Amino acid sequence: MTNTDAGIIARDLHKTYPGGRGVPRVTALDGVGFEAEAGTIFGLLGPNGAGKSTTVKILSTLSRAESGTGEVAGIDVARHPDRVRRVIGFVAQKSVADPMDTGRENLVLAGRLQGMSGGDARSRAAELLGRFSLDAAADRLVKTYSGGMARKLDVAIGLMNRPQVLFLDEPTTGLDPEARAEMWSELEAMATVERMTVLLTTHYLEEADRLASRLAIVDHGRVVVTGTPEELKDGLHGDAVIVELAAEAGSPDAVEAFRLVERLPGLSEVLLDGRVLRSRAASGAGALPHVLAALDAARLAVASATVARPSLDDVYLRHTGHSYEGARS
Amino acid sequence: MTAFTQPLTHTALLTGRQLRAFGRNPAYLVINLIQPIIWLLLFGQLFKSVVDIPGFSGGGDYLVFLTPGIVMMMALFGSAWAGTSYIQDMERGVMDRFLTSPTSRGGLIVATMLYQAVLTVLQTLVVLGVAWLAGARFDGGVGGILILLLAAVLLTFLFAAFSDAIALLAKQQTALIAISQLISFPLMFLSSAIMDTKLSPAWVGNVSRFNPVEWAVVAGRQALQSSPDWASIWGHLGLLAGLCVIMTALATAAFRAYQRSV
Repeated sequence: MTNTDAGIIARDLHKTYPGGRGVPRVTALDGVGFEAEAGTIFGLLGPNGAGKSTTVKILSTLSRAESGTGEVAGIDVARHPDRVRRVIGFVAQKSVADPMDTGRENLVLAGRLQGMSGGDARSRAAELLGRFSLDAAADRLVKTYSGGMARKLDVAIGLMNRPQVLFLDEPTTGLDPEARAEMWSELEAMATVERMTVLLTTHYLEEADRLASRLAIVDHGRVVVTGTPEELKDGLHGDAVIVELAAEAGSPDAVEAFRLVERLPGLSEVLLDGRVLRSRAASGAGALPHVLAALDAARLAVASATVARPSLDDVYLRHTGHSYEGARS
Repeated sequence: MTAFTQPLTHTALLTGRQLRAFGRNPAYLVINLIQPIIWLLLFGQLFKSVVDIPGFSGGGDYLVFLTPGIVMMMALFGSAWAGTSYIQDMERGVMDRFLTSPTSRGGLIVATMLYQAVLTVLQTLVVLGVAWLAGARFDGGVGGILILLLAAVLLTFLFAAFSDAIALLAKQQTALIAISQLISFPLMFLSSAIMDTKLSPAWVGNVSRFNPVEWAVVAGRQALQSSPDWASIWGHLGLLAGLCVIMTALATAAFRAYQRSV
């Protein structure tokens, strides 16, 4: 099979869940749509509850959409779930390994359930144990594994059947920074070795930036913007100029500062977020002195000032109207 | 791999997984045996003289009467826990991983039934040994014991499948235990497991005719006697087997309900 039709297409997916007695149904997906090109890592980025996991569950045939369509490797997920299941790997948000089996036993069982022969499954398991540096722990029970080791085993389980499409639902959530960095290296290496499409969900901006060749930002069950990380950041037209005011959030001083900065030439997209003034400028370093001078002239005190190259956090803010950290908490 | 052999292969693989876990923690078998053996020895002493009540049909030795009842109680209470392994798989991502792979749904159900049946056979042999040491003598011989095991295995299949279905629908350990106990205890006492229903109020006898636990107790108890009523034995075993098939199908269908809820 050529790689041209091994991608993922989601069109206008809708899904609601029961809200409990007397409570209206909760909308999980409100028209999610995107296309992931074959052979690439596509990122779904958004805070908890945005609808990332629900999207993955529908595309991996675990759950069904109420409306909309999904295609994985050219196969309709609602019409032919059995065929989809033969060509995908699935790594859930929670561990997919059995703690009462060894790492090797988990891998071999997964491969055999996918239809591999015993010999094939054992040699593929040995190959993956080696690649993920789990050789030494291969014959220990998974319940003795560290969080990072268990997560690497999860990914290996997803790869057993050489899937055309791999679903990775928050592969590094709950890992310490060191284990996360290691997982990122493993996933980057994996993408070059295995020829497959990966749908990666994450709520770490840095993870999406580093691993995904394209990404969709998901908020409240909808895709708000899609593009490569570079495109999204370039779309912001310049640097972020961030000034933290000494004034209280919502105070007259804060509002006055906002009005003042809004009128300055060379600044665009001025936004007051609590006591933080955010704006964009073609050159942040050139614009900042003007901002500070204007505030100083009006006797408005400044707690801190920053100029930053555009980040995905800014992309998120621009497209959802709220900052990423705020949405996560 | 053909469509016919795949479910069998999956059943074997998944049963093997459960047996491996059991092999690593065999203490589970002993824990499950404590209660039935206490009941066997305690009730065996406590109600020793019920056989002297006129109209008691169990013969001369209450321990002989009680043993097949205790075996079925053990099969019932043990298999009611079968769904626990599903709950554990659901709490992790293991169940969802199985369901997004070609893993046979029927294979998932039948594997837990077979695994519980292995436990039931081992436990039954221990209970029979304890009863023998306590002085019970069974006239039915090896053939009778094999029929008793068959009855216990069918009862195990039935309630393991039931427990799986409840686990898939309720998705919580506490709910599974509550529902299992709510059902197991009445079924146990609305049967002749520990008392001849001829001596109970008439309604108990009437209800017990529709009770699968009673079917298993009657078949097992008959088989251990010197001149069993074979028509009754095979009739009751047939009813049990038929119900097992229906329950297995229902439990397999419960995966759809589970997938709708995730």
